[in-house]
Amino acid sequence: MADTTATANPEDGVRRRDFLDIAAVSAAGIGGLAVVYPLVSQMAPSKDVLAASSTEVDVSAIEPGQAIKAVFRKQPLFVKRLTAAEIAAANATPADSLRDPQTLAERTKEGHEDMLVTMGVCTHLGCVPLGAAEGEVKGEYGGYFCPCHGSHYDTAGRIRKGPAPTNLEVPEYEFISDTVIQVG
Amino acid sequence: MSFPWARQYEPKNAVTKFLDEKLPLPRLVYNAVGAGYPVPRNLSYFWNFGVLAGFFLVVQIVTGVVLAMHYAANAQVAFATTEHIMRDVNWGWLMRYAHANGASFFFIVVYLHIFRGLFYSSYKAPREMIWLLGVVIFLLMMATAFMGYVLPWGQMSFWGAKVITGLFGAIPLVGEPIQVWLLGGFAPDNASLNRFFSLHFLLPFVIAGVVILHIWALHIPGSSNPTGVEVKSESDTVPFHPYYTAKDGFGLGIALLAYFALVFFLPNALGHPDNYIEANPLSTPAHIVPEWYFWPFYAILRAFTVDFILPAKLWGVIAMFASILLWFFLPWLDKSPVRSGHYRPLFRKFFWFGLIPAMIILFICGGAPAEEPYVMLSQIATAYYFIHFLVILPIISSVEKPEELPYSITEAVLGSDKKMVKGENAEPAV
Repeated sequence: MADTTATANPEDGVRRRDFLDIAAVSAAGIGGLAVVYPLVSQMAPSKDVLAASSTEVDVSAIEPGQAIKAVFRKQPLFVKRLTAAEIAAANATPADSLRDPQTLAERTKEGHEDMLVTMGVCTHLGCVPLGAAEGEVKGEYGGYFCPCHGSHYDTAGRIRKGPAPTNLEVPEYEFISDTVIQVG
Repeated sequence: MSFPWARQYEPKNAVTKFLDEKLPLPRLVYNAVGAGYPVPRNLSYFWNFGVLAGFFLVVQIVTGVVLAMHYAANAQVAFATTEHIMRDVNWGWLMRYAHANGASFFFIVVYLHIFRGLFYSSYKAPREMIWLLGVVIFLLMMATAFMGYVLPWGQMSFWGAKVITGLFGAIPLVGEPIQVWLLGGFAPDNASLNRFFSLHFLLPFVIAGVVILHIWALHIPGSSNPTGVEVKSESDTVPFHPYYTAKDGFGLGIALLAYFALVFFLPNALGHPDNYIEANPLSTPAHIVPEWYFWPFYAILRAFTVDFILPAKLWGVIAMFASILLWFFLPWLDKSPVRSGHYRPLFRKFFWFGLIPAMIILFICGGAPAEEPYVMLSQIATAYYFIHFLVILPIISSVEKPEELPYSITEAVLGSDKKMVKGENAEPAV
């Protein structure tokens, strides 16, 4: 019985008990994760927050050069009717030279190139840039200026200077009539 | 640990004898902050700030629990209940101003505590763990103060919450989900306010726990002192009580005079007037700045304006966190065997004419608008800040020729040490 004495040494090889140890620790680990997951997940947006719906905005009263602030998912939304000069200024800038290359046409709807709809949320750390309301600073590029850390956006809401990494976000929206847009 | 000559606790009456056998709590206090804890005899007033920090932690916890009895963490009413505390609650105005200015004083004493440690290299062996735990306390303090400032739900509260959680949004890939998870939504709202209240209540008790570890770690090697020379014999020390309980009590009296002068006569001097405007999610105030105690780090955050491999936004966030996290490595960046800045001519110059001016510039720039010359100044000061710790400090610690150290604390105080004359104690004087 030479081979039985070799396996009888408890220090050699893998024992059934080692498997039990691993299985027990693994089961406890999975149980621990199952406890931690809901404790972490409860902080994620709740159902009522996620249920935030879409918004309709009447844009008929906005004159060229004016902008309005609407609310979309509890965040500000800028709707701005550009003047001919502002459109020209936006198109005069080659898109390739920008930090976040986009043309004005890519940021507006066809047939409504004068209607710029963007989130009023600076892409740096989320402040509301100035420039939408009358008398506010529009920054060095005639669009928006964020007072928090000095980001400048041009007339097409594109980042031109300062710490913000991308252009002001254009949310999903469509013209449901000539004068009303539906956002979201 | 304590030195061999430390006085021994002896229970005197039946009650303390009973306690000493079952739960020796009086013994613990006696050995920790009583007559049983010998402390260097030459501590200057710069050694008062630890006790003061502990005191302001207690002020914040007591006034905080009181305020939580009257405040409601709901975006609809948070601003109104804060005003209710000010107008209707008995002594509510005092509690609120004491809590708000208490945060400022907590940071004032902690900054002085930290810079004491930087000048006297209190972070060096064998006190590394005290320093590391201190940095943890500082980070917890910043998180706690931030969440407390959100609670009144004024304009600065709201936009501070948006910007600070936005810092996490800068992390590639996982950043945005983390920000949404922290806020419980896509912008600060009721869910954010609610959880910040819960965490603002919890964290001070975590801080108190780490403070206990901080003090425990301190009592292993004992306090450092202005010479940086370790304790050698009994003549170098005096018992903590009554000598330093009295001195700390005197320092506390001075600090309280300053604190209550502010609370009673200038309660809003350190606050921002825009926080008396209720939060408006559609309009960021034109002159938004964080609380004064965050200004140096805020200046570092926005010193980065150019994309370089990584986006400028991420650089700012990394630099801001790194500016504090690098303190964790300080005990290993500064290799000079001499602790006290008093005996380090080169170190002293860079400390007073490099680090301190850089911190003052960062402080000023953090409170100023993001315009020139402040952007350029904060870029220069940020560069110096990192170079100071990562380059200058390691270099001077190897090239510097320190001045002659006193043989012992006793010699530094009295001019001679009898033990040295007798040659009883021949350890090298470091």
